[in-house]
Amino acid sequence: MKQIALNRLDELFAAISARQTLLIPQQLENGDAEFRPWSAEAKLYTGLKTSRSAKDAFFPQVENLVGFKVSEQGIELMDTRDEVQPFTLFGVRGCDARSFDILDRVFLAEPVDTFYADRRAAATVVTLACNRPETTCFCQSFGIDPSRPAGDVTCWMDAENLYWQPNTDKGRALTEALSLLEEGEEARAKRVEEDIQAVLKRLPLKDLSLDHVGAGKTKALFDRPEWAELSEACLGCGACTFVCPTCQCYDIEEFKSGGSVRRFRCWDSCMYSDFTLMSAGQPRPTQTERFRQRFMHKLVYYPDNQDGLFSCVGCGRCLVKCPIHMNIVKVINALKEGTA
Amino acid sequence: MRRDPLIPMIGVVSHIRVDTPDVKTFRVIGLDGKKPFEHIPGQCAMLSVPGVGEALFSITSSPTEEAYLEFSIKKCGCVTDWLHAMTPGQQVTIRGPYGNGFPVDTEFAGKDLLFVAGGIGLAPLHSVINYCRHYRDRYGRIDIVYGARSKEDLVDYEEILNEWLSEDGINVHLTIDREQPDWDGHVGFVPNYVKELSPDTGMTVVMCGPPVMIKFTLGGLMELGFPRDGIYTTLELRMKCALGKCGRCNIGSKYVCKDGPVFRFDQLDELPDEY
Ligand code: SF4
Ligand code: SF4
Ligand code: FES
Repeated sequence: MKQIALNRLDELFAAISARQTLLIPQQLENGDAEFRPWSAEAKLYTGLKTSRSAKDAFFPQVENLVGFKVSEQGIELMDTRDEVQPFTLFGVRGCDARSFDILDRVFLAEPVDTFYADRRAAATVVTLACNRPETTCFCQSFGIDPSRPAGDVTCWMDAENLYWQPNTDKGRALTEALSLLEEGEEARAKRVEEDIQAVLKRLPLKDLSLDHVGAGKTKALFDRPEWAELSEACLGCGACTFVCPTCQCYDIEEFKSGGSVRRFRCWDSCMYSDFTLMSAGQPRPTQTERFRQRFMHKLVYYPDNQDGLFSCVGCGRCLVKCPIHMNIVKVINALKEGTA
Repeated sequence: MRRDPLIPMIGVVSHIRVDTPDVKTFRVIGLDGKKPFEHIPGQCAMLSVPGVGEALFSITSSPTEEAYLEFSIKKCGCVTDWLHAMTPGQQVTIRGPYGNGFPVDTEFAGKDLLFVAGGIGLAPLHSVINYCRHYRDRYGRIDIVYGARSKEDLVDYEEILNEWLSEDGINVHLTIDREQPDWDGHVGFVPNYVKELSPDTGMTVVMCGPPVMIKFTLGGLMELGFPRDGIYTTLELRMKCALGKCGRCNIGSKYVCKDGPVFRFDQLDELPDEY
């Protein structure tokens, strides 16, 4: 293990940044926190949740796929792929770190999405243990340990130091390049870990029960009357899907200018009324079906296809951001009550 | 240029055939003059006119056709309108093949086959029918029931008349919705015609067509005593990636673009009713 004094964090960031692009969570002027490239003025945001998740680093909201030059002679493909350089993503919390595994199972499955794969391969992920898990956090329900988050490097922070534990070859390579890191006091990192464990035991959502959801539960849950009630006030705004680290739906659109066409993809949301709209009809005509799709996908369909793994990491972002205070915890609990 | 499954190749529309007032069949080859890729009957491809958009179409030609891919496409807005306005020699983009296709070499092998199609629904079946004709000795009896609004709306009418109808061991039953002067064949809706023909319940059925046709034909087949696991159809949903990633075509635990478009009715019974 390594460590560095907190008052030398800027030196650490400067050293990483000299090697490759470094993204850290920062508070923006509008109050939101986001992962942004480090600069000398940047200050590490030490709150837990960035407004948008860390998935943006691998699956950006908008991304060029390919261009076309269209003329009388025909069509010519144009390479519009952004060049991907190695980068370090610092300060990822346990929940977002797990979301990468969840996205990997989609984007890295055959046929591999090379846009996503290139960014994943280029990244060194440095995670940070959550000193004060919040009342909206329920990652532990999904077997995530925020006191020791997975990553190429795992870090802990106390009042004095940042403790640095490389876990993978990528993490060790980064560590070796950072000569300013000192020998770490493992016992102190361990203390941070234990303190977090103690907080976790007191969290209000720690006993969230998931036995009634999961793989194989389509028949049991699909026609439940609770969906109508739960979705009644849903605005279909899609905020929950945009902040969610595991939501992966995208649209493919084109932008035309002169003789060239840029084809890009952008995030989409199953909560939108036009998501499945066809000239031939609309398989999900009301918000109830669309709302049900989002939660059934996270709690049943994804687990069906991915060895029981849920497509929610309990980050709590949707608890904070939904304008009508609907969220996945309420959905899980309502379905539970109906079962009993 | 670094490849990606979402990046298409350029194709040339080498030949266009007018089938009906609103259906044309487009022959597509690569820039090298060859067939863009191999496929199995029932699989689809994404065609696009850059600047207009991309859409998924079932491949109508049989894999045994070595020189090109063909797509019978009904004019119904956006990309299809543009395709219909094209002239031979123009270019499109193409990527694929996508989907599971029909189990022509496994579950269909050795079986008596009943194909039921309505209107443009013949398009996805065309590929499998011609595949089965090509490997005729691998299958038992082949019956085809095909209907459209009018004689003019029957897709591939020339080929049906000149090739399918003249082949031994293939029974083609055509029907149109309403009487018309130059038609002396059967008149009536497909579901009723299927019931009248009262096919053997041991036949494997493959159905494609408008939802009402599917619904009533299925009902008729059930009455006749057909098992649901002996009846196949294809689903059509909105698609974007065709790779099982964009989430668009997700129904229950399946992605129609990847796990479909071909499903047996016993498999559809397991899915939420969102198609
Ligand atoms: S569903 Fe809500 S709590 Fe779960 S991962 Fe998405 S935003 Fe976080
Ligand atoms: S659940 Fe809330 S955040 Fe999500 S679409 Fe509905 S209103 Fe918007
Ligand atoms: S079309 Fe994208 S998942 Fe099927």
